[in-house]
Amino acid sequence: MSAVTAPTKAPRLTRWIKRRLSSIVHDVKSNKISYLFIAPFGIFFFGFTLLPVLLAMGLSFTHYNMLEAPQWIGLQNYLRLFFADDVFLIAIKNTFVFAVITGPVSYFLCLVFAWMINDLQPRLRAFLTLLFYAPSISGNVYMIWTYLFSGDSYGVINGFLSYWGLIDKPIQFLTDPDWMMPIAILVTLWMSLGTSFLVFIAGLQGIDPTLYEAGAVDGVRNRFQEFMYLTLPALKPQLMFGAIMSITGSFAAASQIIPLVGFPSTDYAAHTVVAHLLDYGNIRFEMGYASAIAVILFLAMVITQQIVQGLLRNLDS
Amino acid sequence: MKLSIREKKVTRSAGGDTIVFILLVIGGTFMALPMVYTISQAFKPMNELFIWPPRFFVRNPTMANFYDLFLLMEDSWVPITRYLFNTLVITAFGTCGHVLMASLAAYALAKHKFPGRGVYFNIIVFSLMFAWHVTAIPNYLIMSHIGWVDTYLAIVAPAWAMPLGLYLMKQFMEQIPNPLLEAARIDGAGEFKIFWSIVMPNVKPAWLTLIILSFQSMWGETGARFIYTEELKPLPYALNQIVSGGIARAGTGAAVTVLMMLIPIIIFIINQSKVVQTMGSAGIDK
Repeated sequence: MSAVTAPTKAPRLTRWIKRRLSSIVHDVKSNKISYLFIAPFGIFFFGFTLLPVLLAMGLSFTHYNMLEAPQWIGLQNYLRLFFADDVFLIAIKNTFVFAVITGPVSYFLCLVFAWMINDLQPRLRAFLTLLFYAPSISGNVYMIWTYLFSGDSYGVINGFLSYWGLIDKPIQFLTDPDWMMPIAILVTLWMSLGTSFLVFIAGLQGIDPTLYEAGAVDGVRNRFQEFMYLTLPALKPQLMFGAIMSITGSFAAASQIIPLVGFPSTDYAAHTVVAHLLDYGNIRFEMGYASAIAVILFLAMVITQQIVQGLLRNLDS
Repeated sequence: MKLSIREKKVTRSAGGDTIVFILLVIGGTFMALPMVYTISQAFKPMNELFIWPPRFFVRNPTMANFYDLFLLMEDSWVPITRYLFNTLVITAFGTCGHVLMASLAAYALAKHKFPGRGVYFNIIVFSLMFAWHVTAIPNYLIMSHIGWVDTYLAIVAPAWAMPLGLYLMKQFMEQIPNPLLEAARIDGAGEFKIFWSIVMPNVKPAWLTLIILSFQSMWGETGARFIYTEELKPLPYALNQIVSGGIARAGTGAAVTVLMMLIPIIIFIINQSKVVQTMGSAGIDK
């Protein structure tokens, strides 16, 4: 049977491919100008964002030290990560705690402060927008927190605490495992009112005032009812976008922890997946292993995003 | 008290106003204190920097820290103007390329219908969801493979294709009324002409926003991952060296931080209303 059908199938396949190809060529020709417009961005985006993700996935199945050619080792990197690398498990736990706290809290702060600021007069609104947004754009100004929390006698907070007689020896905020994570979260929250915050401010300003007037006529009594029944639904597109930025931010913020608490941190108490990735990628040059860490990080981000997007989409039902 | 700081509405009570006011004061203070402290620190003379008990505000402001900073810079092996020049080159090329490429692509995505358009845009939105750490290692391998390590291209080229810029620009361009473009097409204008002389002037808030976003990331770029030649290193790298001098450089370090944060903040202040206007169209409608 197969001997009979094969010859007829093959030409059909090539004919199908040919037809497909010529239709693609036709598409490209008739939309040449559009493809020209998207090409420059597309080339660099593919080369330095998409291709690296694919490469990381491929490399994660290899042993690669940048000197010898990559060697295929199957799932060994992943098995080692989850079964033989205690530090990685600490990193996962820390990243999870960190992301679960900073992500939602920063999202909530962005929304609530944007909402409160939006009620003010334009001048005051512009000033407060700048004040809340500034820490996220001021480069490494967050390093000032190391002076504030420093464990020696020059640490400002320790200085005040001991001057007031509240402590008799300085608290090692940045090296004591009990303090490191809370401090890292505090500093991250401080500088997390970024793009989401601006998007919320802009979204709130774009809401038609007649919506509120109609709501007031319909019996909306106070600002919280107004917020829940009118503002939130009207802000849904911005809320979706803000969620993406907040989640990415909460995973990526780990790189700001490192200058704060040092690397490696005491007892790995503030060791995150990103820190682990930098350890193997930049210091030990175990590129295959580091790629496996990157892939895990990538999957964690994407899965979190999908869950949160799904939740938000069903918000009004 | 008629000195109301907001417009009057029936849904606002005096009690609620008080709570909001208190929360804003607490939040605002928390946001401002570290920055106020940095500025105060930058103007403190030596004896106030190391005084005990510590002082939050400066008593006798002095420019000594800035003066020390310039002295340090004069002594550096590579002149500081060279670092500044490097940062200006990176910022200028990175920002111009990004705005141009993102706008071109955004125009086609917003106003043209062609196969693959949906896929292209969905991939862009998808890529907003992951941070640069994921791509850092393969990026380095790619850069070293094509010989771009130790050149500005390694920093600038990935920044040209930042997905956030394309996303914001495309969302904003959708607001341009189609009849405006149709009219130009009937007048015989080519697509590039339409893009340049009709679309771009109409999306000024959006490209100002892209300039700011790109500027912020390029201005703070230390080049640590790709640039190894001292003469090619950007300004933040050199300044970080000064700051990392430890407690003895507390004052100079604060002076550096003040200078570095001042410029992005000033640029944001100038363009604030345009940025907010652009962000207004950034929502995801599904």
